[in-house]
Formats: sequence, C-alpha cells, structure tokens
Amino acid sequence: MSSLLIQNGTIFDPSQNIERRADLLLRDGKVAAIGENLGPADQTIDAKGCYVTPGLIDVHVHFREPGDEEEETIASGAAAAVAGGFTTICCMPNTKPPLDNEGQIEFILRESQRVGLANVYPVGAITKGREGKELAEIGSMHERGAVAFSDDGVGVNDVSVMRKALQYSKMFDTVLMQHCEDHALGGGAMHAGVVSTTLGLGGIPAEAEQLMIARDCLLNRTIGCRYHVQHISTAWSVELIRQAKRDGQKVTAEVSPHHLLLTDECCRSYDTNFKMNPPLRTAADVTACIEGVKDGTIDILATDHAPHLAEEKELEFQYAPFGIIGLECALPLYLKALVEPGHISWMKLIEMMTIGGAKIVKLAKGTLAIGADADVTIIDPNLHWKIQPDHFAGKSRNCPFTDWRVRGRAVATVVGGKIKWQLQKTMHES
Amino acid sequence: MPHTPLRWTRKHLLTLEALSADELRFVLDTADSFKEVSTRSVKKVPALRGRVVVNCFFEDSTRTRTSFALAAQRLSADLIDFSEKGSSISKGETLIDTARNIEAMGVDIIVIRHPAAGAADLLARTVNCSVVNAGDGAHEHPTQGLLDLYTIRERFGKIEGLKVAIVGDIVNSRVARSNLWALTKMGAEVILVGPPTLLSKSFEALGARVHHNFDEVIGEVDVINMLRVQFERIKTSQFPTVREFTRLFGLNQERFARCKKNVFVMHPGPMNRGIEISSTIADGPQSGILKQVTNGLAVRMAVLYLVTHSG
Repeated sequence: MSSLLIQNGTIFDPSQNIERRADLLLRDGKVAAIGENLGPADQTIDAKGCYVTPGLIDVHVHFREPGDEEEETIASGAAAAVAGGFTTICCMPNTKPPLDNEGQIEFILRESQRVGLANVYPVGAITKGREGKELAEIGSMHERGAVAFSDDGVGVNDVSVMRKALQYSKMFDTVLMQHCEDHALGGGAMHAGVVSTTLGLGGIPAEAEQLMIARDCLLNRTIGCRYHVQHISTAWSVELIRQAKRDGQKVTAEVSPHHLLLTDECCRSYDTNFKMNPPLRTAADVTACIEGVKDGTIDILATDHAPHLAEEKELEFQYAPFGIIGLECALPLYLKALVEPGHISWMKLIEMMTIGGAKIVKLAKGTLAIGADADVTIIDPNLHWKIQPDHFAGKSRNCPFTDWRVRGRAVATVVGGKIKWQLQKTMHES
Repeated sequence: MPHTPLRWTRKHLLTLEALSADELRFVLDTADSFKEVSTRSVKKVPALRGRVVVNCFFEDSTRTRTSFALAAQRLSADLIDFSEKGSSISKGETLIDTARNIEAMGVDIIVIRHPAAGAADLLARTVNCSVVNAGDGAHEHPTQGLLDLYTIRERFGKIEGLKVAIVGDIVNSRVARSNLWALTKMGAEVILVGPPTLLSKSFEALGARVHHNFDEVIGEVDVINMLRVQFERIKTSQFPTVREFTRLFGLNQERFARCKKNVFVMHPGPMNRGIEISSTIADGPQSGILKQVTNGLAVRMAVLYLVTHSG
C-alpha cells in the first residue's frame, strides 16, 4: 500500500514513555517502526527540530452539523482539527436535531468518513432531545459507535434521571460526560462576582458547577459508572474531584485553555468573545485548575470548541450565545498556560492531549505503539506565531485570543498514515 | 465654587465609573449654567441648532425619555423619538443593525435606554456618532447619577464628607451603581442597605459599605436615596412580601424621626407610596424628589452639549 517516513524528529509517546530522537515509519495506515535507518518509504517528512507525537485528541468539540452548518460543519470542523494538530475529536450532541438516536450517530460517522480528514466520533445525548427527562437509547447508540454520552450545553438536572443514566450506562461501561451546572443556580451570563456586580450582568455562581459535581459523585459512589466532568472551572470543583479520586471513584475531568488563561476580568468590556459556559472565573480558580492539572486531579485537556457566527456574537452580552472556538490555537495556549511556566512537562502535556482522552472514550488511539493507527502530529515547539482567526480553516471566528503572540504549533498532521495537513510558510508569517 | 480648568474629551457618556472627579464636577458646573435657561421666558438656547438627537428607548420610560427630549429641544436640536419596547432580537433585527440604520440618517447623538447591560457600550463601539447611556439593564444610569449628585451638591453645597444611604433593591439597580461611582469619587461615603438577596457582598469591592439593617445606619446619614421596590422580585424569592420589605426597609415616619435633623430624602421615581416611602416624607420639606426631576433637565442639557463639543 503506502508508507510514510518521519525523519529526524524527537518522538514523544507517553503511552510507551518514549522521549528520544528517532525516525518513525508508518505503513498501510499503521505504525510500523520507531528507530534509526528506517525506510525507504514512498514519502518522507523531515521533522528536524520538531516533536513527533501521537495524533492529538480532543474529546470535547461542537461541530454544529446537523442544524447550524453556517457556523461549522463536520468538514470544516475536521479541517480546523487537523490544522490545530488534532487527529481525533469527539463532537457533542447539541446539534439540531440532537444526536440522540442511532441514525444521527451513523450520520456523523459516515460524514466523518466522507470528509476523510480527522477521525470524528460522536458523543450521544444522555436524554431524548437533551431535555433531561427520559433516557435516550444509550445502548443502541453505543453499539453504533457513540464513544461517550452527554447532554452538554446543559447538565442532567433531574437527580432521578441522572441516577438512572449512571446505572444504565454502567451496563455498557461507557462514560457519562456531564456539563456541570445546576439549572436553578445557572441562567446568568458570566461568573457571579465583583465583575458581574460592576457590570450589572446576571451571574453564574461557582456553586452551580460544584453542586452538580458533588451530587453526581455522591450518586455514583455506589453505582460506579465511568463519570467525566466536562470543562471544569472552579477551585472547589477541583477539590471535589480530588476527594472523589481519593475515594477511588471512577471520575475523570477535563479543563479548557480559556479556564487556564483568562479570568472574569476579561468581561469588563462586554466583549462577547469572553462569554462562555462555564464562565471565566477568578484568578484563584485559574490557579486551582492549574494545580489540578499538576497533581493529576484533572486528567485531560479539551477545547470545548464552540463556533458561532459573528452576527450572533455581536449582540448584547446577555443575549449572545456562549462559547468560543478552540481547535486551531489550543496547543500553544496549553503550552503558555502549563509548560512555559514549568507546571508540567512536554511529556505530561502530550499525555493529556493524546492517550489520556483515548482512555476515557475507550479508543485504541493516542499511541505510537507498533501496529497502532498511524495518527501522528508533528509539532514545531519553537515556532513563534500570532493567532489570527481570519486565517483559520474553521468557519467561525469567535476567539478571545486574537492577536496573541504564542509559541509552538503543529506543522503537519497525519491521519491513518496520510498527511492531512501541513503548515504552509505563508500561514504563520505575520 | 472653584471652576476646574478641564477640557471635556468624551464623545460618549456610557458610565460614571469611567469619569474622574474633575469630569463629574465639570458636568455639574456645566449643568449650573444651563439651569438658568429654564427660568427664562423663552426657554431655549441655540447650542445644538442643526444637530439631531435620537431617543432610542427599548424599555418603558416616561420621565427619562421626556427629560432627554426636553433637554434636546431646549438646546434647539432636532429630536427623533425611536421607542420600541422589547429587545431588538424580538424584532428580528440586531441592536447594531438598528443603530447603523439610525446613524445612516445622519444623527449626532443616540440616547439609548435598553434592558441589557452593556448595550450602550456595544453601540458606542459600533457607531460614529455620540452615544449617551440612558440606562442599560442593571449596569448604569449615568444621567440619573449625575442629577442625584447635582441635587445633593445644590442642597449641601458640597459632596465630600457626606454619608449617603441607598436603600432597597441594589443588585438590580443601575441607579445605585451610577450613584455609588459618582458619590465615592467625589468623596462621599456610600452605605448600601437592603436584604442580602438584593445586595451582595461584592459591592464592598466597589467601595461601598454594605449594610442589612436600615435602623442601625439611619441616624448617621445625611442623604437617604430610596429605590423603587420591584414586585416581581417576590416571585424570584428575593424577598417574601411587600409587607415585610416595608417593615424592614421602608422609610416611614417612625424611622424618619430618628434621622439627622437636616436629612435629605431622594427617590429616582416612580415611587410606590406607602411601600418604600411614606407620602408625608416624599411630599415633605426634606424631600428632594421633584428637585431631582427639575435638575435632571439641566444635567441632560449639559451632557448633550458636552458630548457634541468634545475635543
């Protein structure tokens, strides 16, 4: 069939604890060898000065298809993914209609195949219509290839429904991902604190998130379903998960770039690119999230890539939708938040962006073990560039990091042994 | 009153948070000179002749809209009234589009009242004409803050050193926020009074004293600004009944008797008589309520004049 040789790079593979200068040979869509003097191959990439890692994985993105294709499609989202170095992503079910049945799950997988860029795996809804009332067909969707379940955008608010969801999902050993926000305490536009008080905006208190995490952990203590906290944002949330892990519970958590870098102070200008849910919190919360990453309380990094049209975001702050795009600038932002200040190593970062997510959604990916899927990301750790969403491959531009000068970027993305994206020289000249 | 030599540079009036004490004083002094106009038989000056002011009200308002309209007319400006209840969304047009359309007609000032906090900021970022915030959600109501400041200064001859209590539904009040910024910048002490469900601790970070017991502070203040009770807060459990609210936070005769002798009572209106304030107090000699309305006109003339003469 075909072979690809990636030469002269430094291989980082946390799944095998490999960090060394070596070549990587991919053949017929699988990893064939790591070593020296490999080849010849049909195609060769010179990765001199670059890191060669398992393809990056993001278990939390929104691709808006079906329903809001003008914001993002599976095709444009997958293009954004590979441009950011991601080879595998999991898309949330809050589409129109939602991904709450096997037909929708099949549609996502089929469309992902047709597009042929990144691997796009669907996350099915926990409840029918994401309404939080009746369980969706979790078993059937699981069978068709839904890798996880979530009502993301909202939490499963009804405690009896959530209890049943945990009990029922346990049967399939799948993971329930929760958007943790108690409905009765939510409903605001930003973090409830001094800034929201100043701005006169309705607040989403930290307790809205903490209550649901605490509740779910209590429910799940005796059930033991795999439970994953999405986009964690508050200090006490980190502490709750730390305690649950200490108790031996099957709980995991993710954190997004913006919750590691930005605070509610950013909202002072009413710029809706700083409006997301969970909202930007305080500096103390950011510190606690970083601490959670350092001590392993937070398992993985996920962007919560949430595209919106400019005209939707150009509304009054309280009317504008929540969310920002993330895929194409996530890597350097994680580096800035976590690696550059010395909080974690490159190896740990790559673990949190590859095998960590793969384990949670039980995909045999995120590794460069011989015979594994040939999903590879080549990263130039020293490339300085300016974040300019106008040059992004995705459809939407709602990004609070515009014009940030950052360091580190994926320069080539390989999926199934084929080069799906390569950085053009002109793309980072600014 | 010493005049501060100051060049007014603001094209918009969006908040009082952004204004310095000197700027606040400058607006008040400018209002002083416009107040005289209302005493003339021909109540008009040509300061804004040939200019166009648009009253853009997306929320019910009688006195603020009328006050701005009259202020514009006394400055000889052309006035357009664009009042549309509900958000721009409900009409299927965004606020920005509405504003661009109005601006395209060639206007000089948009006066905006809107239920969403930050609406005036959004507008100012979008259009090239001047924007005057006439109240944006629970954020700010700068001209109300200015007219309150003006009325207090008129009464006491100064602001510095005064103690001002603002009482009631603070968390939802743009009047409270604008007053808080203006008064503290000018050296007054602001005591916010209300139940914790309508007054969060966060206000301390904004420079206020936060108090939940009206009776404990009533004897020490020079000014009491009573806010309007919003009955819909009962449905959201922010207070249980009007009766209990009145008992705890209403300004009645019994409380009034324990105030300083020269206490000055204010209310931004419209009043719920017998609920947050007794009629005898509202209509009594220590009430500044109608003076507030009168002064509002002069203050708004000053604001409309200044934003079009910035540089």
